[in-house]
Amino acid sequence: MKQFKQFINSFLLIELLKGMKVTFANMFRKKITVQYPEEKTPQSPRFRGLHALRTYPNGEERCIACKLCEAVCPAAAITIEAGPREDDGTRRTTKYEIDLFKCIFCGFCEESCPVDSIVETRVFDYHFEERGLHIMTKDMLLEMGRIHEDQIAADREADAKYR
Amino acid sequence: MNGSEIATIDWWAWIETSFWIVFKIVLILLPLILAVAYTTYAERKIIGYMQLRLGPNRVGPKGWLQPIADTVKLIMKEIVVPKGSSKTLFVIAPVLFIGPSFAAWAVVPFDAGMVLADVNAGLLYVLAMTSIGVYGVIIAGWASNSKYAFLGAMRSAAQIVSYELAMGFALVGVLMCAQSMNLGEIVEAQSGGVLNWFFIPLFPLLIVYWISGVAETNRAPFDMAEGESEIVAGFHVEYGGMAFSLFFLAEYANMILISFLTALMFCGGWLSPFQGMGVLEDITAWVPGTIWLLVKASFFLFCLLWIRATFPRFRYDQIMRLGWKIFIPVTLVWLPLLAVWIKAGVWPFN
Repeated sequence: MKQFKQFINSFLLIELLKGMKVTFANMFRKKITVQYPEEKTPQSPRFRGLHALRTYPNGEERCIACKLCEAVCPAAAITIEAGPREDDGTRRTTKYEIDLFKCIFCGFCEESCPVDSIVETRVFDYHFEERGLHIMTKDMLLEMGRIHEDQIAADREADAKYR
Repeated sequence: MNGSEIATIDWWAWIETSFWIVFKIVLILLPLILAVAYTTYAERKIIGYMQLRLGPNRVGPKGWLQPIADTVKLIMKEIVVPKGSSKTLFVIAPVLFIGPSFAAWAVVPFDAGMVLADVNAGLLYVLAMTSIGVYGVIIAGWASNSKYAFLGAMRSAAQIVSYELAMGFALVGVLMCAQSMNLGEIVEAQSGGVLNWFFIPLFPLLIVYWISGVAETNRAPFDMAEGESEIVAGFHVEYGGMAFSLFFLAEYANMILISFLTALMFCGGWLSPFQGMGVLEDITAWVPGTIWLLVKASFFLFCLLWIRATFPRFRYDQIMRLGWKIFIPVTLVWLPLLAVWIKAGVWPFN
C-alpha cells in the first residue's frame, strides 16, 4: 500500500508540483538582495578591515615600537624598524609596514598592542592601482588613523565592557 | 527574341517571390532573435526572483539593456579554436546546431494563413528539424577533441534519441485528433472555445510532450549535455565568443519553438479561448490571434524557466529510465484508449 501510494505520488508528479508551488510563492516574497554600493550590511564594532595607526588627542603617535604585533603576526605581514626619535630621543618606529597581500586580517596585532596603537578599521572595500601599493607604509597607516579616528574610538568604547 | 523576353519575365517573377520569401524570413527571425535576447533576461530575472534575488538590474533601467550588453561582449570576444581540434567541423558545428532550430520556424503559423511554408507534413518537418539539431551537438563534442565535450555529446545524443520517441508518440495523439499533419489545420481542428482544445483529451500526452520538449532542448533538469557541475559545460566547453553564443541562441530558439508548438498543438494556437461563449467572445473579439498565440507560448516559456528554477539536475540513468520506462509505456497505453474514445464518438469527439 505504501509503495502504491508512493508510486501514485511520483507518477502524478504531485511532489514535483509541490516544489513548483514553493518556487512560485517565493517569486512574490520580499527580495533579500543587498544592493551593495548603495546599501550595506551592518558591521560589528569588532569588524576587522584595513589597518590604522592611532594617535593621542594631542597628536602624539601611540606606537612605542614594542614590536609585539610584529612578533604575533601569524603571516609575518608586519615589518618594524625602531630607533630613538631625533627631537626628543624617545623610542619610536622608523619604519612600520604592513604587507596587505600577506595579512590575513586575524586581528592579533590589535589584540597584542599594549597602547591600542595598531587597530583594524571598518574599511573593507579598497583596491590598489599601482604595483607596490599593497604595502601600507607608516604614513598611510597614520593617515588612516586620522581619517577614521572617530569611528575607531567609538568602536573601542563599545567593545570595552567585554574586555 | 521571343524566348529571351519570356526568360526575363520569369526572372522577375522569381526575384519577386525570392524577395518576399527572404522578407518573411527576416520578419520571423528578427523578432525571434530579439525574443531570444530577452528570454535570457527574463530567465535571469524570474529565476532570480524565485531564489529571492533581484536578478540583473544595473545595465539600463531595471536591467533592460543587459541582453544588449551581453551580446556586445560576446561579439567582441575572440573565438579560440583548440590546436588539437578538427577545425572545419569545429567551426561548422554551431551552424549545424542553429540552422535547424531556425529552419523549424518555417512551418509555424502565427495566425490563420500567417505561415512561411504551408507544408502538409508540417509536424513531421518540425520533428525532423528538432532532431537534426543533435548533429550539431555531436559534431561540436567530437571536433573539440576534449573528453568533457565528448561526454556531453554522447549524453546529448542518447538523450535526444530517447526522448524523440516519446515526443513522436505524444504527437501521434495530436494527429489522431486533428486528422492532419498541417499545423494550421491542427489548430483549426481545435476551434470552438477552450473546451475543444486538445489538451483535455490529450492531457497525459501534453505532459509527456512537454517534459520531452524540456529534454529535447537540453534544459534543466535534463541539461545533462551541459552538466556544469560534472563535465563543465559539456559539448560547448571549448567554444567562446560568437561560436558559443550561436549554441546559446539555438538553445533559446528551441525553447521558444517548443513553447509555440505546445500552444499550437494542445492549446488552440491563435484561437481565442472564449469562442462560442457569447458575451466573453464579443468582449475579446478585438484581440488578434497572434496575441493569443503569444500569450499561450509565453506561458509555456515561463513554465520552462519555472521548472529550471525548481528542480535539480537528473542523474543520467534516471533520465533514461524516465524516457524509456515511463513515457513510452504511458503514451502506448493512452493511444489505444484514445482510439477507442474517438471511435466511440463520446465528448469531445462527437
